[in-house]
Amino acid sequence: MTLAESRGIKRPPEHESAARQAGGRAHPGPLEYTRIGLILAVITAVEVGAFYMDIAQWALVSILVVLSAVKFSLVVMWFMHLRFDSRLFSGLLVGGVMLAAALFVVVLSTLGGGLT
Amino acid sequence: MSSELSHAPATLETTSTGIDNRKLLMWLFLASETLLFGSLIAAYLLYRNQSVVGPYPEDLFDIPFTSVSAFVLLMSSVTMVLALAAIQRGDQRGLRIWLFTTALLGMLFISGQAFEFTEFNREGLSLSSNLFGTTFFVLTGFHGAHVTVGVLILLSLLVMAFRGRLTRSQSMNVELAGLYWHFVDVVWIAIFTLVYLIQP
Repeated sequence: MTLAESRGIKRPPEHESAARQAGGRAHPGPLEYTRIGLILAVITAVEVGAFYMDIAQWALVSILVVLSAVKFSLVVMWFMHLRFDSRLFSGLLVGGVMLAAALFVVVLSTLGGGLT
Repeated sequence: MSSELSHAPATLETTSTGIDNRKLLMWLFLASETLLFGSLIAAYLLYRNQSVVGPYPEDLFDIPFTSVSAFVLLMSSVTMVLALAAIQRGDQRGLRIWLFTTALLGMLFISGQAFEFTEFNREGLSLSSNLFGTTFFVLTGFHGAHVTVGVLILLSLLVMAFRGRLTRSQSMNVELAGLYWHFVDVVWIAIFTLVYLIQP
């Protein structure tokens, strides 16, 4: 018997706690996951379609960057549960991405290079 | 005694944040990984168009083939999250099916990458042939190594599930593996766009 049990404190089973962490909400079900998967598949098809379209390079780069950002957001928000879990996790990912973006800007603006 | 302990349901420790420490550690690890891949992608973009000898990306890239690979990895994220949903509702059969499918899709992606590397090498691209070869193989090679580690983790979980050692009370193990797997997927989302689709 643990100390918590001896004091009559009941903790939720891990599968419940994992789905509903501190400051978080319950995770979605299989139907919503499948729906997000379909949206991701459609966006990927649009990306590849845009690649073969005869449009200006700046327009193509803009479309592809926006679409990949949407895909990135859908995966981290729904599949990695950032939309439902503690905001601390979102802060860690956003912090990492911001540092990576700063690295991009500093390196590419100092030494040259870029997307177009 | 030891058998009882190994099958005992894991309990969630109380933490000052109310968050499972294992999950917090995984997110810290993923944040550091973001910087690692950010550096590798920045290096690729920095040296793009700097190769003085071929072969060049436009001579080698097979966009339809890579699109299928990207689609396969994307769908493996769906099957991974379905495996998590299955264990959270105590569906052991669903857990095994979705874990197996995820591992299979991961292996399919790795096979595609091995095929692509072999084809590129046959065309004369190597780690030391030009700047494109160096930055491309280091970036995609690191990603491929991460996918391989992910497949090994998934296969380990699958063995545990078949032996009855992955119960509903241990769903955090699947969730942590899922976080890693989805991260590998989002890195490929960035690589697919920045390296393959956006060509100068």
